[in-house]
Amino acid sequence: MSINQIDQSAKFGSVTFPFPIFTASGCAANGKELSQFFKLSEIGAVVTKSVMSNPRSGRATPRMAETASGMLNAIGLQGPGIDSFLEHDLPWLHAEGARTIVSIAGESVEEFAALARKVRQAPGVSAIEVNISCPNVENRGLVFACDPVSARNVIEAVKRSVGNTLPIIAKLSPDVTDISIIAREVHDAGADAVAMINTLLGMVIDTKKMRPLLANKTGGLSGPAIRPVAVRAIYQVHAALPKLPILGMGGVMSGEDAFELILAGASGVSVGTASFNDPNAAPRIQRELLEIVEQRGFNALSEAVGYAHRV
Amino acid sequence: MTTPVQTQCEVISNKRVGAYHHITLSADKISERAKPGNFIGISVGDEKSSMLLRRSFAIYQASGRGPFGGTIEIIVSANGAGTRWLVNRAPHDKIDVVGPLGNSFGIPVEPVRALLIGGGYGSAALFSLGDALRQRNCRVEMIVGAATAEKVFAPVEGKRSVHSLSIFTEDGSMGTQGRVTDPIASLLDNTDIIYSCGPMGMLQAISKLAATKEIPCQSAVEESMACGIGICMTCVLPVIGDDGQTRMVRSCTEGPIFEGSRVRWDDIGTVPSGTYGGPK
Repeated sequence: MSINQIDQSAKFGSVTFPFPIFTASGCAANGKELSQFFKLSEIGAVVTKSVMSNPRSGRATPRMAETASGMLNAIGLQGPGIDSFLEHDLPWLHAEGARTIVSIAGESVEEFAALARKVRQAPGVSAIEVNISCPNVENRGLVFACDPVSARNVIEAVKRSVGNTLPIIAKLSPDVTDISIIAREVHDAGADAVAMINTLLGMVIDTKKMRPLLANKTGGLSGPAIRPVAVRAIYQVHAALPKLPILGMGGVMSGEDAFELILAGASGVSVGTASFNDPNAAPRIQRELLEIVEQRGFNALSEAVGYAHRV
Repeated sequence: MTTPVQTQCEVISNKRVGAYHHITLSADKISERAKPGNFIGISVGDEKSSMLLRRSFAIYQASGRGPFGGTIEIIVSANGAGTRWLVNRAPHDKIDVVGPLGNSFGIPVEPVRALLIGGGYGSAALFSLGDALRQRNCRVEMIVGAATAEKVFAPVEGKRSVHSLSIFTEDGSMGTQGRVTDPIASLLDNTDIIYSCGPMGMLQAISKLAATKEIPCQSAVEESMACGIGICMTCVLPVIGDDGQTRMVRSCTEGPIFEGSRVRWDDIGTVPSGTYGGPK
């Protein structure tokens, strides 16, 4: 069988993406930079950087520290605000032929709802990612995804805003006691899928200056260092909710890594930090993944989803 | 801005120069696009490297055609695990390079009097600029300096790129004892434009001196970057735009070269009040 004959589509709610590899929110800006290296339409979708109602400067520098097999970042959701995003970035992505998942972030339930209403009315959106798990918000109490009730409230409000017009993907944090509880809450509240995992909260102390290295003190840990955490979290949620599609992410550097997340239960895989190292990572990982799926004898990528759960 | 490419480059040579390493790479597609001031991003470590982030290096020389095809040359200061890996590469080793990246120095149309100032290996970015300025019949004066002689990067062949070259070291082990900023005030009356590359403190001091006589001052900054291509948003600094508004801008894509008077040097490491989208 030739590679082209394998069905490599990935389904999230009512939308089927023709390819299984996606960018990860916050690791691809809004697509323009990576389009210098590959055609954005060649991957499943571009997941845009989480956008808020108003323009955001983001945080002071240093915003980043390299760690063993990973990195810590505290950008602080720097971005143009939803109106500028919808006027400039989204039409550009549409013209490029990119399928787009718009990621939104709010400081309140109302902000999420208002953002979702604006996104619903915009043409060229395949799905909406609700980032309830950014670790770099001012107040850790505001990490909606760390509390089942807050998580539910946000997703319910977004669901009221978009109805059945767009699939809702809730982005979850691994920094919780039982991620499957949060997944069940957001699913019950109307999420069609979950994206996981967001970064883990971490800290690096500069041993020369003898104080935290990041201006924000804490930051989100990403990269291959967190991949086993992603595999575990995806495995747990897929076991608890086998019908809930999962957009998996967390330190995927190769097709084999992506395959691991799919075996755990992911229907599609986002590539994040790997793009910083290799701007062609997303299409490369997609090619590698397809080769592995074919070699293992699957006729469709969907057959491999959650395959590690079989007894 | 030119479109960057990602390519596997062969190491052609790797020579020690004082405290630094001078590495020449075969890089046809990058060299033909490169302009003075551009940089490249190099992936460090082997396949299973624990170091994910690309290291950025200003391009010292880019040659379109030679016995090895197109080449690019960089000057590397090995002060961490990633750069130590890089300076241990031998001829014929392959390394993964993305470039050319960033903006380039603006070159005046008129034959002006240019002052080029480099601190440490920062001077590497200035020699190809000197060549470009001389082709426009500019008068090119260069000052390079560092803490000690071995940290001065001023190769003999570089003298062809400039009309005059003076060297300063803080310990007096080479050239004049002092800092590159010491002679600037006395040179401003005979200078139409300043180009500088080096540590932030040096760039800031030079910008302030240039501002006293309203002399344009193009400063090539070195901020820590994760990607070099504009997607990670880590290398930002507060810069005043044409509209007078301060924004947190990426030094990899909007820079690395900024007009010195537009950079809010005192506020680097903060989000100054009034910044676009800043805290209310």
